[in-house]
Amino acid sequence: MILKVLKYSFSDLIRSRWSYVYLAFYLVLGFVLLFLNDNLSKAVITLMNIVVVLTPMIGTIFGIMYFYNSREFTELLLAQPIRRRTIFLGQYLGVALSLSLSLVLGLGIPFTIYGITQSSQIWDFATLLISGTFLTFIFTGLSIYIGLLNTNKIKGFGYAILMWLFFAVIYDGIFLISLVIFDDYPLDKFTLFASFLNPIDLSRIMILLKLDISALLGYTGALFQKFFGTSQGLIVAFAMLLVWTIGPTILMIRKSSRKDF
Amino acid sequence: MIQLQHITKRFGQLTVLDDISFEIENGGTFAVLGPNGSGKTTILKIILGMVLPQRGEVLVQDNKVRQTWDYRKQISYLPQIARFPDNLTVRELIKMIKDLRNMPSREDELVEMLGLQKFMDKKLGNLSGGTRQKVNIVLTFMFDVPILILDEPTAGLDPVSLIRLKDLIEKEKAAGKIILITTHILSLVESLADEIIFLLEGHIHFRGSLGALSQKTGEKDLEHSIAALLE
Repeated sequence: MILKVLKYSFSDLIRSRWSYVYLAFYLVLGFVLLFLNDNLSKAVITLMNIVVVLTPMIGTIFGIMYFYNSREFTELLLAQPIRRRTIFLGQYLGVALSLSLSLVLGLGIPFTIYGITQSSQIWDFATLLISGTFLTFIFTGLSIYIGLLNTNKIKGFGYAILMWLFFAVIYDGIFLISLVIFDDYPLDKFTLFASFLNPIDLSRIMILLKLDISALLGYTGALFQKFFGTSQGLIVAFAMLLVWTIGPTILMIRKSSRKDF
Repeated sequence: MIQLQHITKRFGQLTVLDDISFEIENGGTFAVLGPNGSGKTTILKIILGMVLPQRGEVLVQDNKVRQTWDYRKQISYLPQIARFPDNLTVRELIKMIKDLRNMPSREDELVEMLGLQKFMDKKLGNLSGGTRQKVNIVLTFMFDVPILILDEPTAGLDPVSLIRLKDLIEKEKAAGKIILITTHILSLVESLADEIIFLLEGHIHFRGSLGALSQKTGEKDLEHSIAALLE
């Protein structure tokens, strides 16, 4: 049953013009960066900087937009013999999968043509796609959760954008300020803990650990490396991203089972 | 069988249903009436499990509604406002609901009866309100289920379709089904309803047959009886 709901949400989104715009954007980005740039590492880093900001944003916007636009569809499904959990999980997966597909195809096609499948950097690239997919799922889930909490469309949209802004920009600001203020204290544990709480940071750390470029790791990344070592750090970051994916999903299902429609 | 036991529903400060209990044991047409905002739709949605009451229990065919879902296999619901995904065609929508319910259906007969053939490949977003309501009717009546819940089924229908709808409801009633209906068209109530459940200020103000209602109020027709109830 969940596959049926997923199928309808997915095909609904695949028909939408915006999915193609999103796909085309990554295609252009991938081709331009790879073929106008002779350094593969640099291309991956540039892509990373775009992916860690853009995938959460698109996940947030599409998630909240789809939630409000498919109210009719949801109400129709709620009166059918289907579990609530199935409806919301199916719709969530439909949105997140179609966005992830745009990302994977949009960057995957140029990379395949470029011939990265034969190169040793295939795993760097794969890490990039994996974190982008994680971020898509995490932020789609969070924004649907926000949608469930807010019947008012404008409010819901506002909160969702704020949520993205918080993780993408504000969080780093607060973090830096607190580092400056508490300069006199040992901050290692605090910093490590703080990096767990932001999926965007986690993704960045994961990619940079994989690329093994110490210069770009930054304070949090360097701590990660010092604390866990490169390979264990990768696993920890991956595990935390998984927690970040499951968390909002559980919140979403719990809220949906207690809501009036 | 539908049983409501001590149902209380509040939306914020507003108590819409206050300790309501009733039971529908046998088939027949039951009209849920009441002024605007008296909780008619809320009652129907509580039976469907779409709205969750703060207190009380609903049983449908001996299944507790809370936390279950497969009892809805036995219910068809016609929502008040016919809202569908805009970018689907009528044909796709019918196919989708059939696919989800996975039951034998008789949509072709209904499509023909309501004259929807020429709209089958039109997008739902481009249909008029009345046509959408007809699609709504097809979706509700195409499955053979023991309980029908109709929330304002007449909204936007032309007189010919209204007669067709009446026939449809009568046939289902003859088949021994439970039909719960809310409507503002009192002539429909007069010609169809076996029993009236009248809601007022969160309580069931009256329950009984049309005859019992006119006896209670001393009025001859339904319109005046209801006006008398409201006073």
